[in-house]
Amino acid sequence: MKPADVLKHVKGESLFTDDFPEPQGTLYAYIFDSPKAHAKIKRLDVSKAEKSKGVVSVLTAKDITGENQIGNIVQDETLLAENEVSYIGEPVAVVVAESLKDAKRAKKLIELELEELPVITDPRQAYEKGELIVPPIIFSSGDLDAAWNRCDVIVEDKIEIGGQEHLYLETQGALAIPNEDKIKIISSTQSPTAVQRAAAKILGWGMHRVEVDVLRLGGGFGGKEDQATPFGAIAALAAAVTNRPVKLVLSRPDDMRMTGKRHPYSIDFRLGADKSGKLIAYEVTYYQNSGAVADLSTAVLERSLFHTTNSYRIPNVKATGLACRTNLPPNTAFRGFGGPQGMFAIEAALNKLAEKLNLPAWELQKRNLIREGDIFYYGQKVKDNQIERCWSEAEESYSIKETIEKINLFNNSQNRYRKGFAVMPITFGISFTSSFLNQASALIHIYTDGSVGVSTAAIEMGQGVNEKIRIAVARVFSVNLDRIKIESTNTTRVSNTSPTAASTGADLNGNAAIIASKNILERLHKKAAEIFNVSPEDIEIIEEAVYVRGKKTEMKWEELIWRSYFERVSLSSHAFYATPDIYFDREKNQGQPFAYHVFGVAFTEVTIDGLLGTYTVDSVKVVHDFGESLNPQIDLGQTEGAIMQGIGWVTMEELVQNKDGRLLSNSLSTYKIPDIFSAPADVEIRFLENPHNPNGPFNSKAIGEPPFMYGIGTYFALRNGLKAFGVSDNIPLSSPMTPEKVLLALHSKQVV
Amino acid sequence: MNKKNSIMKIEIKFVLNNELITAEANPTMSLLDFLRNEKHLTAVKSVCREGDCGACSVLIGRFNDGEIKYQSITSCIYPLGNAAGKHIATIEGLNQPGLNFIQYHFAEENAAQCGFCTPGYIISLTAFMLNNSGYNYEEAEKAVAGNVCRCTGYGSIKRALHNMTDEMSVSSEDYNQRLKTLIDKKVIPEYFSAIPQMLENIAHDKVDVESEIVIGGGTDLYVQKPDELHTLSPLFIEKSRLDYIKESADSIIIGGGTTFEEIAGSEIINKFFPSFKKDSVLIASRLIRNVATLAGNIVNASPIGDMTIIFLALNAELKLKINETERTVPIRNFYLGYKNIDKEPMEIIEEIIIPKPSGNVKFNFEKVSKRTHLDIASVNSSILIETNNGTIVNAGISAGGVAPVPKYLEKTSVFLIGKEISNNVVLAASESAMDEITPIDDVRGSAEYKKLLLGQLIKAHFAELFPEKINIGELI
Repeated sequence: MKPADVLKHVKGESLFTDDFPEPQGTLYAYIFDSPKAHAKIKRLDVSKAEKSKGVVSVLTAKDITGENQIGNIVQDETLLAENEVSYIGEPVAVVVAESLKDAKRAKKLIELELEELPVITDPRQAYEKGELIVPPIIFSSGDLDAAWNRCDVIVEDKIEIGGQEHLYLETQGALAIPNEDKIKIISSTQSPTAVQRAAAKILGWGMHRVEVDVLRLGGGFGGKEDQATPFGAIAALAAAVTNRPVKLVLSRPDDMRMTGKRHPYSIDFRLGADKSGKLIAYEVTYYQNSGAVADLSTAVLERSLFHTTNSYRIPNVKATGLACRTNLPPNTAFRGFGGPQGMFAIEAALNKLAEKLNLPAWELQKRNLIREGDIFYYGQKVKDNQIERCWSEAEESYSIKETIEKINLFNNSQNRYRKGFAVMPITFGISFTSSFLNQASALIHIYTDGSVGVSTAAIEMGQGVNEKIRIAVARVFSVNLDRIKIESTNTTRVSNTSPTAASTGADLNGNAAIIASKNILERLHKKAAEIFNVSPEDIEIIEEAVYVRGKKTEMKWEELIWRSYFERVSLSSHAFYATPDIYFDREKNQGQPFAYHVFGVAFTEVTIDGLLGTYTVDSVKVVHDFGESLNPQIDLGQTEGAIMQGIGWVTMEELVQNKDGRLLSNSLSTYKIPDIFSAPADVEIRFLENPHNPNGPFNSKAIGEPPFMYGIGTYFALRNGLKAFGVSDNIPLSSPMTPEKVLLALHSKQVV
Repeated sequence: MNKKNSIMKIEIKFVLNNELITAEANPTMSLLDFLRNEKHLTAVKSVCREGDCGACSVLIGRFNDGEIKYQSITSCIYPLGNAAGKHIATIEGLNQPGLNFIQYHFAEENAAQCGFCTPGYIISLTAFMLNNSGYNYEEAEKAVAGNVCRCTGYGSIKRALHNMTDEMSVSSEDYNQRLKTLIDKKVIPEYFSAIPQMLENIAHDKVDVESEIVIGGGTDLYVQKPDELHTLSPLFIEKSRLDYIKESADSIIIGGGTTFEEIAGSEIINKFFPSFKKDSVLIASRLIRNVATLAGNIVNASPIGDMTIIFLALNAELKLKINETERTVPIRNFYLGYKNIDKEPMEIIEEIIIPKPSGNVKFNFEKVSKRTHLDIASVNSSILIETNNGTIVNAGISAGGVAPVPKYLEKTSVFLIGKEISNNVVLAASESAMDEITPIDDVRGSAEYKKLLLGQLIKAHFAELFPEKINIGELI
């Protein structure tokens, strides 16, 4: 049985926000955004635009009847700029017209007079000017000052890590439909409640008057966790003002210009170890380029701190996170959510240390892996640790020694090409680190024909969460998969939804759906027990048949459902799940923020052309801890997709801004994501055997984000390849490693 | 002069899926807008609107001599006017009860995650199967090279392509037999066999309006000024049938309307420049190559246009025509400054004339970009070089991305004449080329990088063409 969605996808029958039949009288919204990265608004005149053909309304901050505030963690974000603009792409006004063409024409008539203010695009510069979104966040353990004295070797350096455009193929968009005293918003969001809350706030309404419905997204990757919200709210505002349906779908250049990306980081680190390479002390400062407003930046920064030590035991650690306000679009959630930057830093530090100790990095990595019972430096105990097993299975399956021998043979056989190799272990914590978000609800109806409708807070965006929930529910009831339909995500059916993010979608919503299913199943058992005059414990449903004390009866699922309905048994259940035993004390920055960790190890091999500076990623070989996968094909696809995105992030995906804060890589022709030829020729994914995870539905594990970080291995494999050409250790730690950087490194004076 | 202020609408007849339709529309409207907005065929996705992702791919079938040649193209930058007389199929028109052959293999491997790119893949593969009689993995992969997926990492898609081509490796050389086989195997629906008849019945619409803009394939124009195009009446080059490649005694003559894919597949080109077929894969994607014309690439005057750079090295001449007036300009004199060319607005490039290589002539093209395929080069370069007993007797080297115009490296070309190929000569040529250019910092790289890269590309030409005469290991 194939996932329900894939069957629609291949036939082109899947509907996305821009595909729904438009209600009669639908208007089109078009955003007028700031052309400057930082300025005072001296004058905004929309009167000419209002008189333009086909225009129904031109909205500015003045039209907001509620509060002009959509900030999530920090209340610092207006929906439409009022006095000041703080990045290029910030929405200032919205033209609402009979056609998109009319709206575009009118947009050109809007007059905006600005008084320019100094522009900051560099996070270190922002820090120097005191432009921090929140005070520094510091996690630490041990006694760092004393520890440095015990180190035989210390390395320090600076790292620059670039951002990343989500490039979900479906752009941001929403269709808002007024309905008496309500507005229904069909939104392309990972966070329906965030859209509902923001729209209600903007309108000054109760949230019960805003209904958000999401069928599916054409990709999200975090980019629609918080940043779908303004567009949903703008559509709602326009619908409320005009009392007509309003559609707002961003064009690709608008989307790329207006929305935030993965955070670029500038990092300072210092790592110390003893002679044998045992890690003793690590100090790191993250200068996060947060963009103009908070968005989710502080939570992203915190996750960098949580993943500062990746898979390694380091007794003395201090990590400082600085959320630096710059005049760029608010950077936001993106698969890994700060984890990748934190892990990149420690890997860079380890590589530098290995160079100094004249050891292969993988030996250092292996020597310092965490062990069961260790304490992560933020206070959580290492439990159900699988990193050592992943490592040893990877070594057994893929042999580091043989790989390196082969590489050396190749490298010595000719002069133009060099291969490089790197190992990337990952240990990634699962749960929202804001503990309150770790809750979910499900609403399940069994209809009188035995078919089942399931609503949860999970958003399907290609990651297969719907299919996983469907499998979980089918297992609880022991019925055929095709009886079960996962409904759209709708705030009137399932309220107060946490975003589908942090890899938790299947865990939280799957567990809620399992509880709801079990509630109904218990009633069915009771009813069957009555019918067969036995006790409920004697009843089982197995593959659509009722069993009594292990013996199959004539009674089938449909009949049991019909009898239950006829005898007035409730066939619906709403259930709630909250992840147990998680907390984090933000005074001490210690606690147990994660339900569990996901582990794995990847080997990466690359080949560099020394003449042209181009390269190929030849292989990525992984042993990953999937838990007991609910659907191995889905999990494999998530892993392969995440790895490719991770490789893209450290190789070709280069965001280029000029010093005025203007994005130059603003289209698919200037911002390249991997194509089929960029995919490594050899990708092998092994599922770790005998996994264990009591926290996931049916022993499964979260999958969305962790494998992204295998991509970091590509960066260090390239670095090792460069060193095989004799390039010195001092090549800058700067990601992405574009062909330009490779060629410049090869030809830098540092070649030894 | 009377300036038109209303948008011109004309009748455009074509077969859309299984139905003959007459669109009353502005011919410069993009086919994508027509399909989504007028026909509500929403499986055709709008993603980038510059032909860079393939999510809007549709099948176009061109009727010729009783058979139809099918290709996949990106509808976002394809003028509706060029659909006239053709068969246009979207995935809605490929669906049949259950899953078709390609859909089945995609579903089996779960090769669709968010689903937004998926219809484009099915379309590109359908064109591949319609257009070829034999199927293997490598060719299938090339067929979807212009389709970008952000979710899968391509693993499941590759597995689907392997399974497909394993299950079906041949259809038939004969067009009608192939159609029958593909219908039997559920690749395409039955109505495809009726399409030739339907197309034969519709005359090619000839529209005589006073034209204000010349549109070749439109693959650059629709990216650069899609909104402006809506207000102009077009002259579609495709209607002038300038899509030919022929030989004269001393020249190869290429019609300006010839597409990139046509030149890549041409036997004449292959005979004289056998390496070009391999190089062509580095230029755009098949979706674009199916539509983009050579004249369009030359006129676009991008300092980095791949075909332009090749023609510069080949010392091509351009035959230009306006009304009945013809003239010939060497392409090396055609570029006057940034986006400034020796051409009247309504003048068209009717032919590109390449001197036939004779004697011991070798040709090479090199290109480096952030992504190897379907990317604009940081720097590209082409060389045509003639040797006699190891001495260079003639050379033409060009480079893109290093000057405001596509650059003919005259000094370096002259320098090489009379030299014997050696490491020292290559190094000197590389230095000379670097001295001859004035690149700028931009999104494709820093000036420093581009300079260095061109030097390396010059070395790469010799490494490719004369591996026995140089030691590349010492030159890197």
